[in-house]
Amino acid sequence: MSTTKQLRGGAKWALSVNAVLVYVFFYAPIALLVMYSFSNDNLVGRWGGFTLDWYRAFGENQEVQNALSVSLKVALFSTLISVILGTTAALALERYRFRGNRFFDALLYLPVIIPDVTMAVMMLLFFTQLFNFLDAVFGIRFAKGLATVTLSHIAFSISFVSIVVRARLAGMNETLEEAARDLYASRWKAFRYVTLPLITPGVVGGALLALTISLDDVVITQFVAGPGSTTLPVYVFGLIRRGVSPLINAVSVVMLAASILLVLLSLLAQRARGGTTA
Amino acid sequence: MTEQSTSAVSINGVTKRFGDVVAVDNVNLEIADGEFFAMLGPSGCGKTTTLRMIAGLEFPTEGSLQIFGEEVGTLPPNKRPVNTVFQNYALFPHMNILDNVSFGLRMKGVDKKTASAQANEMIDLVRLGGMEKRRPNQLSGGQQQRVALARALVNKPKVLLLDEPLGALDLKLRQDMQTELKSLQRELGVSFVFVTHDQEEALTMSDRIAVMHDGQLLQVGNPEQLYSQPVNRFVADFIGQTNLIDATVADDEMIVLANGTKVRAPNPHPPGTKVAMSLRPESIMIGDREAVPSESQSTSLSGVISSVVYLGHSVVYTVNVDWMPLEVRVPAVAGVSRYEAGAEIAIWWDRLSDWIVPDEGYRG
Repeated sequence: MSTTKQLRGGAKWALSVNAVLVYVFFYAPIALLVMYSFSNDNLVGRWGGFTLDWYRAFGENQEVQNALSVSLKVALFSTLISVILGTTAALALERYRFRGNRFFDALLYLPVIIPDVTMAVMMLLFFTQLFNFLDAVFGIRFAKGLATVTLSHIAFSISFVSIVVRARLAGMNETLEEAARDLYASRWKAFRYVTLPLITPGVVGGALLALTISLDDVVITQFVAGPGSTTLPVYVFGLIRRGVSPLINAVSVVMLAASILLVLLSLLAQRARGGTTA
Repeated sequence: MTEQSTSAVSINGVTKRFGDVVAVDNVNLEIADGEFFAMLGPSGCGKTTTLRMIAGLEFPTEGSLQIFGEEVGTLPPNKRPVNTVFQNYALFPHMNILDNVSFGLRMKGVDKKTASAQANEMIDLVRLGGMEKRRPNQLSGGQQQRVALARALVNKPKVLLLDEPLGALDLKLRQDMQTELKSLQRELGVSFVFVTHDQEEALTMSDRIAVMHDGQLLQVGNPEQLYSQPVNRFVADFIGQTNLIDATVADDEMIVLANGTKVRAPNPHPPGTKVAMSLRPESIMIGDREAVPSESQSTSLSGVISSVVYLGHSVVYTVNVDWMPLEVRVPAVAGVSRYEAGAEIAIWWDRLSDWIVPDEGYRG
């Protein structure tokens, strides 16, 4: 029942060339980036022989280290919170019918659609207003910093987590929960012993996705970051403006490798077996 | 009400609405302890909803539902002494067979060792010994079915609920499981409440059957009663095969068929009532016109054979009587020649084998 037709001559050739061009377009910049991160020259785009100096600099540069530690803190914490909130949101939307169900459903997807800049401005405005309000009413002063960055990351990660978890829940037969209840499990136990193990791949996948997005975000973070809360991507962005050094090549390669690893893990987790029954 | 305390399940005036839809409409039903009870009807008739209400997976909108005399109306499923075998078994895919079967016991707080021991015993009873460590998706449909049974029965439910448990099995396996279920039920002496849309299955296995349609309980009775004395046109048509002949009551002895023929059919309905006469294919006799016995003259019709189907043990004739085709089934006797299509013949039936039902509601 194959629906693919045998292409011949010109069409086949044109498609092959197209495929090659697409891949070149995708991966040539990455190849260049990786190559020049090993280049022993102070200019970003000039080959000066092989060296690991830039990676060494990456390891020794205190600012980079600080940014990396901020990135990891923000990413881990925001992921943890957004996994809990995103999973519960997914459960509520997938398992219960309530008033405004569809509305909340649409709302949840919004952060995925909204442009980063818009989200960033929204967040900035929100925090500024909130801080003014707290200052005026309670006399407590807050400043932008780790907390605001983390909160913003939680705000957009929830959507991604709940989308992934919902996909998993939708593939899971609801009768399984009924069966558990029928077999004397309380609501909590049915969740703990049947639902949760079956959606775990989705939860893990969602968490890794949230982690990746948090580690990669520049735009939103830059708007809501304060002194001492510069994440690695924001730092790299700053480096470019100050004058480019091949150090950013090395930093970028490390970030690229970490992202690819996380996305791969996320895909693997989502594919893990269980959930859909025969 | 001493009668209620002896009933395994007692349903009184139970109605279930989903929004505007009435899924179960004022149903009254008593299911005795130790009974193999089937709920039969086409899909969407409310039989599964009724079962789910007994299980506690749905709560009645109105009415009272008791299990061994205890009101369970809105008790959650985990607090009821019943267990369910689900339609697609609903085995936990992330657990092996032993864990699946011991799940209920573990949830009740039985310690792991005792639970495993009892689960193993039950796994042996359903002849799955040696499969304890397998996952559900490594078993065949019939084996999964038996795991589902074991998982429910290990908890020693007072009533076992089965929702179309054989629906997913192929014919041969289905027939084996029917026998197996029936003997299991006899052995355990527990009431089985069995939901099915397959009338043959219901007739084969059940002590009593409830026929449902459009949320209403039409008739409850043993297989013979349902087959020979259906209360209305729907039941007559749904249980077994039958010829439903439209007629009007002439008096308490006679009815008038569509073409004006009067036939004898004692009935309790007032003259002029629209009725249907149910004639089972096997209770109609067929022969030459002059062969009609004199006592059956008033319960005979003439017709023309339009088709003949040989089934080995019997021959099925389709006979056109003036205004409608009738199905007639006679045993195939070796050496006795059969009628050919086109033959002009007479059919007749015993005065007691017809059954008059009010012509109301569903028309098959």
